[in-house]
Amino acid sequence: MSDVIDSYVKTEYQAGFVTDVESETIAPGLSEEVIRFISAKKNEPQWLLDWRLNAFRLWQEMDEPDWAKLDYPKINLDEISFYSAPKSMDDAPKSLDEVDPELIETYNKLGIPLHEQAVLAGVAVDVVFDSVSIVTTFKEKLAEAGVIFCPISEAVHQYPDLVKKYLGSVVPQKDNYFATLNCAVFSDGSFVYIPKGVRCPMELSTYFRINEANTGQFERTLIVADEGSHVSYLEGCTAPMRDENQLHAAVVELVCMDDAEIKYSTVQNWYPGDENGVGGIYNFVTKRGVCHQNAKISWTQVETGSAITWKYPSVILRGDNSIGEFYSVALTRNYQQADTGTKMIHLGKNTKSTIISKGISAGKSSNAYRGLVRMSPRADGARNFTQCDSLLIGDQCSAHTFPYIESKHPNAIIEHEATTSKVSDDQLFLCLQRGIGAEKAVSMIVNGFCKEVFKELPMEFAVEAGKLLEVSLEGSVG
Amino acid sequence: MLKIKNLQVKVEDKTILKGLSLDIKPGEVHAIMGPNGSGKSTLGYVLSGREGYEVSGGSATLNGDNLLELDADERAKKGLFLAFQYPVEIPGVSNMEFLKASVDTVRDYQGKEALSTVDFMKLAREKCKAVNLDPNFLKRGVNEGFSGGEKKRSEIMQMMLLEPSLCILDETDSGLDIDALQVVADGVNACRDENRAFIIVTHYQRLLDYIVPDKVHVLSDGKIIKSGGKELALELEEKGYSWIEKA
Repeated sequence: MSDVIDSYVKTEYQAGFVTDVESETIAPGLSEEVIRFISAKKNEPQWLLDWRLNAFRLWQEMDEPDWAKLDYPKINLDEISFYSAPKSMDDAPKSLDEVDPELIETYNKLGIPLHEQAVLAGVAVDVVFDSVSIVTTFKEKLAEAGVIFCPISEAVHQYPDLVKKYLGSVVPQKDNYFATLNCAVFSDGSFVYIPKGVRCPMELSTYFRINEANTGQFERTLIVADEGSHVSYLEGCTAPMRDENQLHAAVVELVCMDDAEIKYSTVQNWYPGDENGVGGIYNFVTKRGVCHQNAKISWTQVETGSAITWKYPSVILRGDNSIGEFYSVALTRNYQQADTGTKMIHLGKNTKSTIISKGISAGKSSNAYRGLVRMSPRADGARNFTQCDSLLIGDQCSAHTFPYIESKHPNAIIEHEATTSKVSDDQLFLCLQRGIGAEKAVSMIVNGFCKEVFKELPMEFAVEAGKLLEVSLEGSVG
Repeated sequence: MLKIKNLQVKVEDKTILKGLSLDIKPGEVHAIMGPNGSGKSTLGYVLSGREGYEVSGGSATLNGDNLLELDADERAKKGLFLAFQYPVEIPGVSNMEFLKASVDTVRDYQGKEALSTVDFMKLAREKCKAVNLDPNFLKRGVNEGFSGGEKKRSEIMQMMLLEPSLCILDETDSGLDIDALQVVADGVNACRDENRAFIIVTHYQRLLDYIVPDKVHVLSDGKIIKSGGKELALELEEKGYSWIEKA
């Protein structure tokens, strides 16, 4: 079967394309002047400029971390431009006819509706009547419920008290090299506030944030769910997103007040580099949430893109009886490297956490799970269940598991299960013997392996995620 | 229907089949018996196109098509079905999903109209009933946590669903109790018709009490050393394989 497997593994990214749209970009490199420039461009208040500058000073004292199981050349920040104005609509494609047909084909394979295709491909918004009307209806409904969902740059002006109170409250400014860098230079992102007792009437999807293109590089997201509220947030999309920036360092902060619930789902499909490991996005993300009493945060992620993924969505279980969950599928192929997992910090009594991680490695890729479960001396009756499964396709990839467990409470219960398996010749042959082609067979086996995680995704997202894996594994087998 | 001429097969440089010939006509049931290591399972695998079996000589055609040139899934689409001796688990993939994919591809290849999900479910439930499987079986993962008997009944159910023209049963009777054996045999017998042929690979005569073969072949050391009618199986049961091997 090895030939069959080889050809999957060498599949090309389905959306290799180049854009040469001009944008307003400042000279590469990072300095205090650059930060002042960014802040001024956004017309930010003094407190935010000071906050950025403070982060910059902290960052200058820090070193890039090297503990992850990742191998990449040192990032030269002097070559990176830290500000790029949103692209002018004049330069954007005027309709889908002007978009790379290959990209459209990928969208079709993923079953993405036409108006969303236009948005994803960056077609000028005023041409996309459908989506504009959708966005308007969407905003009206949210306003009725009192939900705030807007770009964080806008929230800084409209809801300064909320932003000031919670920005940096979960991920401190000096948290880590990449998060601190983000504090200094963040471009834009989402701000969400759900008032007390409100159940957000719809899933909040970044699809609808079409007015802010090109914010992917140093994205900053802040979600505050007030007491007894509930929200489901969808980030990213299964379709390949266009982005010319190599370094991504996003920060996501979730504040989940008493009895509130936040469900945060991500599908990440940034450009992973070519078959030989050239190019691709370096994705260094800090995601963390804090749960107060009886609160619940659930992270679900499907990671198939990026050359380098460094990402540990975490939950601080501060309040008693709070719950943290992490469900993850990470697929690596060719020369992709992923070091991803979670941290569950149990501070409150009777706190519970569940970790289900599914790593799939193909080609020459490396896929590592890194997780920390910490039970504090106060975490009476706390328990954790962790399950890490790795699936290998072919014999040149690798899977690693680094579980860290720190228990400072005698009656905390921590369970850890780990398995590693291969897509076996027996399984492939069974499918072939029933007439199912090799390509479909591999995709079916891999999707079956991920089922426990996919069922945590909102319905349409789950269907898309399944298709995404199928497309990602697609090969040239006839 | 199936014509095998002087077939020679190697596995990792070891010759397993050493010139096997067989001619099976539509509607016939042929039993292949033989001691362990005689090459019985190899025959099923090489005909169905499993990798790792190198054909070093001879030929095999199914309805005129050169089987040995086709990919495994092509052979399946052309109506060759192998019921596995040890069906493998595919965790998380439901039987329904798996069988629908299988039936869809095969029907598509045969130029038949695709079944709607409703029609497919109706058909699948009916076949489950025929082999005494709870229809909830369709929601479970492929062979996941199945008992030995359930796995074998599932294989027969798949065969009934796909309506192949040539069915190879690889020691389907192994590990079955008498009731399960009866169910499996009933399933096979229900599928017997003038256009369909069977190769029943078995170690014991027992199964042939329930599925009465037209011909019985004894395979030993990679060759058919004796062929006869159904009474040959009884004779073997009585006298053992050494009786023929010595002769």
